[in-house]
This record gives sequence, structure tokens and C-alpha cells, in this order.
Amino acid sequence: MGLLDKQFNSGGVIITKVDDLLNWARLSSMFPMTFGLACCAIEFMTTGAAAYDMERFGMAPRASPRQADVMIVSGTVTFKMADRIRRLYEQMSEPRYVVSMGSCSNCGGPYWEHGYHVVKGVDRIIPVDVYVPGCPPRPEALIGGFMKLHEKIKNETLMAPTALEELMDKEADAV
Amino acid sequence: MQFEDIIAKLREEHGEEIIVEVNEEASPKMITVKSEDLLQVSEVLYKNESLFFDMLSCITGVDNGPEMNTMEVIYNFYSIPFEHSLMLKIILPRENPAAPSLVNIWKTADWHERETYDLLGIHFDGHPDLRRLLMPADWEGHPLRKDYKNLEYYRGIKVEY
Repeated sequence: MGLLDKQFNSGGVIITKVDDLLNWARLSSMFPMTFGLACCAIEFMTTGAAAYDMERFGMAPRASPRQADVMIVSGTVTFKMADRIRRLYEQMSEPRYVVSMGSCSNCGGPYWEHGYHVVKGVDRIIPVDVYVPGCPPRPEALIGGFMKLHEKIKNETLMAPTALEELMDKEADAV
Repeated sequence: MQFEDIIAKLREEHGEEIIVEVNEEASPKMITVKSEDLLQVSEVLYKNESLFFDMLSCITGVDNGPEMNTMEVIYNFYSIPFEHSLMLKIILPRENPAAPSLVNIWKTADWHERETYDLLGIHFDGHPDLRRLLMPADWEGHPLRKDYKNLEYYRGIKVEY
């Protein structure tokens, strides 16, 4: 966290970059969407409960996609659910991030061969930032995924707003 | 009530030929009837005071594959007051399989039959609302059929791994 970890001994003044300040604010308040698909959701709930206490990272589950920053796809994505997930993702405001939790949403998991009803990876419907392996991943693993996401957010900069660029490219392609 | 007594009761009501086959190896013991007799047999099972099968525990659909060219629907009945159970099987052709619906006798048959229809394509005549239960409404094919092939794409999403 750099500057903030040091003692304030310069008369209460800290100097930082706007990028760092924004990123720090952003990664310290990643609100996940309250949403679970299968057994991974149990581990997700455990992560939120007292023992692992997700809220120490500033992560409080939000009940609406419009208030959420992170979507944790916790469980098996069926074709019936795929459209709903895509829609929830589109309802989230930017910047938005997706954590794919567990083997099912990473690649179809145990259903990869004979699961006629399972989407073989949630990245076929929405872009994914962090993949957390496991079946299901333990809360520690999910928190590890959050740390990876922190790293990703830390390196973002206003000078290169990638999300905006992607959006503009998409619109250019559509024209 | 013992299995033999149940069979005897059914034969008493509907004649010797009502039961096509008896399988005592199965657990619970099983009888096979013709699909056109299913409704009247079920009515006896439900209404007869000494049988009183008040619960339909389960409906199972089976596809025996193109070689045998048959499908089966298996019903598991249970009587809560008498604590006896019975398995009942009907055999259907694989082309346009259809069985009479038991919704009017056991309400629970509603979703069981919808599931069997969804996954195996067996029609239940007289069902009030025979829609898919598990798969999306616009899904093509019935996934538990032996000759089912995966769709290539569903709404633009690739299906195969």
C-alpha cells in the first residue's frame, strides 16, 4: 500500500498519484454481487462470514448488480442460466470485474464431457478477470483470487482506460 | 399387505390379463401392465381401501436404445398408512412414445411427468401443462435419449468443450 503504511510525520500531508489514490479506493471497496449458483456459493458465503470475514477487505455483498463492482460466478453455469448471467453482468456499472470461482465456471468442471446442459466456462459468455481453481475452492483460495484482483486494479491507470477503449473498439466494430 | 395379495386384488378387479409380467427380483417387487391399462390400474391402486397407495414417490423414464426400440416408464407407489410399496412398469414404443397422465389421481405426477417429457420426450396424454421442466424452453431434443447429439450452439454459445 506504499505511502499509507508509513507513519505520518510530515505534518499530516501525504503526496500520492491520483491513479494510486483512485485505485486504492477502488480495490478497498470491491462490492461483490449477492449471487450464487451452486456449491461454490457455500464457500463464498463462508468467506463472507465471521471466520474469514470478507468485509476486512471492504467487500460487502450488494443486492443489486447496479451497486456491485465484482461478480463472483460461484458455481455451475447452465445454459438456462447463461442469459441471466450475461444480463446481470451488463447491468453492472463500469469498472466491473468478474471472478470465476471453481472448476465448473472455469471450464465446465466435472461436466466438461457429458454435461449437455453446462456452459464449458463462463468466459464463453462474459469476460473473466481472475480464475480461482478448486472444486469448490476453499475460502483461502477465493481470498487469494481477490488479492490477484487487487493486483490487477493496482496497475490500472486513468491514462489508459482500457475498459473505455474496449467499448469504443466494440462500437467501431459495430459500425 | 403382501405383494401376492396386491396382484390378486388387481386381477380380481380387472381380470387375469391385466398384469403382463411379474418381477419378484426387483425391489420393491414390480409388475408390468400395458400402457392403455395404466389409468384403470392406477385408479384401483389409489381407491381400493385395502391397497390405498396414496403416494406416488417417483416416476422414472428409461430409454432402452434403438436396438431394443422401446422406452419404459416406471412408477413407484407407496401406501403411507399400510406401509407397503409397489413398482409398476409400462413399456412404450420408441417412436412417438405416449402414456396416460396420472395427474388427476396423484397431483405430484405433474412435475415428474414434465421432467420425463423434458429429458426423454415421452408424451403424457391428458397432462394439463406439458412444458419442459429443467431445460430451457427453446432447447432442441431430449438429452437422455440414447441417440441424443449435442447441439453445436445454443443461443450463440458453443456447447462442446
